[in-house]
Amino acid sequence: MNVNDKAARQKRTRQIITIIVLIVVFLLFVIPFLLVLINVFKIKGDITSNPLALIGEHGFTLQNFPDAMAKMDFWNVFKNSAIITFCATVLTILFSAMASFVIVRNQNWKACSLLFALMIASMVIPFQVLMVPLVSVYGGIFHILNSRITLILMHTGFSVSMATFMFHGAIHSNIPLELEEAALIDGCSRWQTFWKIVFPLLKPTVATVAIIDAMAFWNDYLLPSLVLGDKDLYTIPIATQAFYGTYSTDIGLVMAALLLAMLPILILYLFLQKHIVAGVTAGAVKG
Amino acid sequence: MERNTMSYKSKQFLMFAGPALVLFCMVIIIPFLYGLYLTFTSWDGVSADKPFVGIANYISAFKDAYFWASMGRTIVYSAFAVVFVNAVAFALAYLVTSGIKGQNFFRAGFFIPNLIGGIVLGYVWKFVFNRAFVAIGEAVVAGTVPSLLSSTGGAMFCLVLVSVWQYAGYMMLIYVAGFMGVSDSLKEAAMIDGCTPAQAMRNVTIPLMRTSFVTCIFLSITRCFVVYDVNLSLTKGEPFNSSVLAAMHVYNKAFIYKDYGTGQAEALILFIVCAIIGIAQVYIGKKGEVQA
Repeated sequence: MNVNDKAARQKRTRQIITIIVLIVVFLLFVIPFLLVLINVFKIKGDITSNPLALIGEHGFTLQNFPDAMAKMDFWNVFKNSAIITFCATVLTILFSAMASFVIVRNQNWKACSLLFALMIASMVIPFQVLMVPLVSVYGGIFHILNSRITLILMHTGFSVSMATFMFHGAIHSNIPLELEEAALIDGCSRWQTFWKIVFPLLKPTVATVAIIDAMAFWNDYLLPSLVLGDKDLYTIPIATQAFYGTYSTDIGLVMAALLLAMLPILILYLFLQKHIVAGVTAGAVKG
Repeated sequence: MERNTMSYKSKQFLMFAGPALVLFCMVIIIPFLYGLYLTFTSWDGVSADKPFVGIANYISAFKDAYFWASMGRTIVYSAFAVVFVNAVAFALAYLVTSGIKGQNFFRAGFFIPNLIGGIVLGYVWKFVFNRAFVAIGEAVVAGTVPSLLSSTGGAMFCLVLVSVWQYAGYMMLIYVAGFMGVSDSLKEAAMIDGCTPAQAMRNVTIPLMRTSFVTCIFLSITRCFVVYDVNLSLTKGEPFNSSVLAAMHVYNKAFIYKDYGTGQAEALILFIVCAIIGIAQVYIGKKGEVQA
């Protein structure tokens, strides 16, 4: 009994230490965000004189928000990011689920194995190798840069290989062949079988791919910055970069712009936190 | 039967894989091949003709001291970042799988930096380094303190610090999955055989988590090697170009100095170095894999 008591007490102490360590590390993790949060409600002079004070000498202000929103054209930029992220994510899911279906079920077709091998191999190519030719081909020869549609299709093209790989795994191990055979006997074409039987069963993978790709598209800077030159088409990361370039001395506005750039995804995370963590883990472990 | 005819096969293939195939070729295969071709030309980015120059671009890439300096910096930066990212991630994963209350909250919390793009993160940290840390420093020493970002070594240190902060939560999730994959009965068996918890960790848990280590190290190497957005927003290569990493050098070479041929050749060299390191690491890592 005594020994048990001692062991239990030791375990408790260890747990308390663990929790204290975690809380300290957690605070270190969120300090940058907290610093933005306390300074966004101050005027420029107060931030410069004391960025650590909770409330500035001149008191609390909300003025940074409307100013920053107007100057970075926030709602338009937000709309661009949302349209591009949504369309590219949907296209990636549809196209790669379809491709992986024909690849898994016809592994003896040369075209299928070749495409799949190329897709896997292409995953190691960093974007830096492709950016100059992309600009040179689609800007210099075809003149189709500066368009949301071009960017959506490019995003999709860059992410289909990874997504196809993930759907490939899911179809290969989770969709029984008998199910498709039964559908075929009942008179479904391959096309109908895919949309009516297979695709609905891929929901967990759809969620994983959607989360990973939507986050990547939403936050991507380099590709959109090369494609979108027109200010009206800017996405949030490019607008933030442009804003900082122009107003870097107006630190109150910068705080508001940074907070605005972070808020949409943080709010989404508040609601979908479990799914996002699960999706990212699934994607990383399989990839 | 019609299922074996060539036309049936190609129709099926194109119907399902066509859209993915077209986009994949348009943005990856064609640009990759076209990029190889560009390295043999001296294109200025504007004119329609691209004069063929043989291997001149590769020669100027090899002679480009700034490129190799940025490459060296990238290797140093990646080495530090990869070690610390994985050490911190592993430690956090260990703590959040130890069965304490609220571990899901901590897992979700440590992941937050990954939600936000590198550009925004870089500017947030720039503010922290330039204003908040300076204010703390000045309060401590009661004098003026320069920002860490304004000194040569300091800027690189900041880049490593921000990368560790940014990626640790993501890698932590992979290590958490690894920890959960090691069954408790194995650890208990080791303890009954007389192992201390530390020994059980070193001799049972860690060897069984080898796949997690290989995955995390691979992901962190490949990410660190081509990092661009945090580099751009946090240091912009300053002070005196002392924190220009390879990806930024390639970008500047091509799009700012308009030396597309050399820029592309340097990008290709970056890709090859990165691929060799990544593949070697996976190969070495997989070789010693054990199963329970």
